[in-house]
Amino acid sequence: MAEREQMRRSAPRETESPAQQDTSSEGATELKAELDDLLDEIDDVLETNAEEFVKNYVQKGGE
Amino acid sequence: MAVHKVVGIETEFGIIHRCNGDSNPVAASSMIINAYVNGFLCQRVSWDFEDEQPGADARGFNEFDALAPEIETHLVNAVLTNGARYYVDHAHPELSTPECSDARQCVVYDRAAEEILIRSMQAANNLLPDDEELVIHKNNSDGKGNSYGCHENYLLDRDVPFGRVVTHILPFFVTRQIFCGAGKLGVEVPMNDGSPAPFGDRPFQISQRADFFEEEVGLETTLKRPIVNTRDEPHADTRKYRRLHVIIGDANMSELQTYLKLGTTSLVLAMIDDDFVPEPLTPLVPVAALRQVSFDTALSGLIELVDGRRMRAIEVQWEYLELARKYAQSHGLDPVGGDDIGNDILDRWEAALTGLESDPMSLATQLDWVAKLRLYEAFAERHDLDWDDPKLAALDLQYHDLRPSKSLARRIGLERVTTDDEVDEAVSAPPPTTRAYFRGRCLDKFGDEIVAANWDSMVFDIGTDPLRRVPMLEPLRGTQAHVGSLLDECRDAAELLRRLGN
Repeated sequence: MAEREQMRRSAPRETESPAQQDTSSEGATELKAELDDLLDEIDDVLETNAEEFVKNYVQKGGE
Repeated sequence: MAVHKVVGIETEFGIIHRCNGDSNPVAASSMIINAYVNGFLCQRVSWDFEDEQPGADARGFNEFDALAPEIETHLVNAVLTNGARYYVDHAHPELSTPECSDARQCVVYDRAAEEILIRSMQAANNLLPDDEELVIHKNNSDGKGNSYGCHENYLLDRDVPFGRVVTHILPFFVTRQIFCGAGKLGVEVPMNDGSPAPFGDRPFQISQRADFFEEEVGLETTLKRPIVNTRDEPHADTRKYRRLHVIIGDANMSELQTYLKLGTTSLVLAMIDDDFVPEPLTPLVPVAALRQVSFDTALSGLIELVDGRRMRAIEVQWEYLELARKYAQSHGLDPVGGDDIGNDILDRWEAALTGLESDPMSLATQLDWVAKLRLYEAFAERHDLDWDDPKLAALDLQYHDLRPSKSLARRIGLERVTTDDEVDEAVSAPPPTTRAYFRGRCLDKFGDEIVAANWDSMVFDIGTDPLRRVPMLEPLRGTQAHVGSLLDECRDAAELLRRLGN
């Protein structure tokens, strides 16, 4: 049981120190920038007629 | 001592044929595979159903002798030099990886399977008119209630009572989706009582497949799908082995998830072989719990267990992980491929659960379902879309598109487990550590003297004598260590058979 408590405590939950919070908010900004780039890319590659594409995507069941 | 967990994955890929008229998915699937077989392989050897359909003539399937130069449209069933089987199943192209001796090796072959499909798609499209295109998706549903599978296979000890396997793997399968799920927008099968699907604040669920399961245990794979499938066809010595055929999983774009899925399941099955799992954590209503967990992206819901306890899915997983750590201490990790790989699986399992406990979004470059959820939220916000907008549904399909220029999963920059070089090698070379090595090397070297091959045998035609069948009933025999230099030395199949004493 003690082992498990230790293992689960390794989850940070809401016990981050202020220093860690700083790093994570920097990280968050970086992630946000990455995500913005990704969204730009996706606008370029997304199927042009989404509605038609989704409607026509029909598969037979398998297995 | 648990049986070594030899593993493999069989994936049915989604296929669309963009053309002006009607398209036939069976013909399209055949085109895909024939384009690969004709374009990339020197010899073509077909699959042998001798052991799967009694009465079938091994020679009856040697249809490639009659191949016309144009693309064939009859059912194709080929064996590849990497030891894989590549064929049309129902209306999908399907690829079964060769047998692998550990989870990581199998991830390499799963990625090689993607690469084979990509090359097939390119080869087929080169042969099609400019206004037509074949497109392959690695997913499990069309969003309209039609599902196709990604099945795993694990070698088990025949002496272990199957009831024990069912008892202890069931709670694991119901809950492992929190780190195995590929994610899906919406719901495809109505709730039993007609109530609305119990989504959180988004119509999004963790698993592609949870909608489609109706039974706890059974033989079916296409109707009334069971959480634990009972197909008993070991493709190996039936006195010693069983093969657990797992149909509950999603096809993952994330390598890490494929690795976790195969690695953790191998570990749990090794524990079951060794009777190491003490008390079952059986959900009171497993099928309902499976769907409940899939809808619960907050990971907060409680599953009611048969023994009266109520646990979150992640708590069930922590229990299995804790037990696996103890098992590693007391029994070692040889059944899953040794200490290095076993400890790596344990550490990554723990890291995934830790991330899910603290902030699932921290795993947005690791788990498909989290990557999707983050992407869809950001996309909906940027374009001010409702969640039922077809653009989001298109994203949910395009995430799984295998075309490198279109695949959203690839663009996200998911963390890798493999390298490009090892994937490239695995497209044509077999794993050195299982019988797939013998199969693949023989095909490569003596392909024109092989009539047919299947998982546990190969049939040779060396000209003068009747056909000669070489049985391969031991999945861990026929490895590079066993037959590597023999295969190097033999000039033809006749010499090989003579030296094998066949």
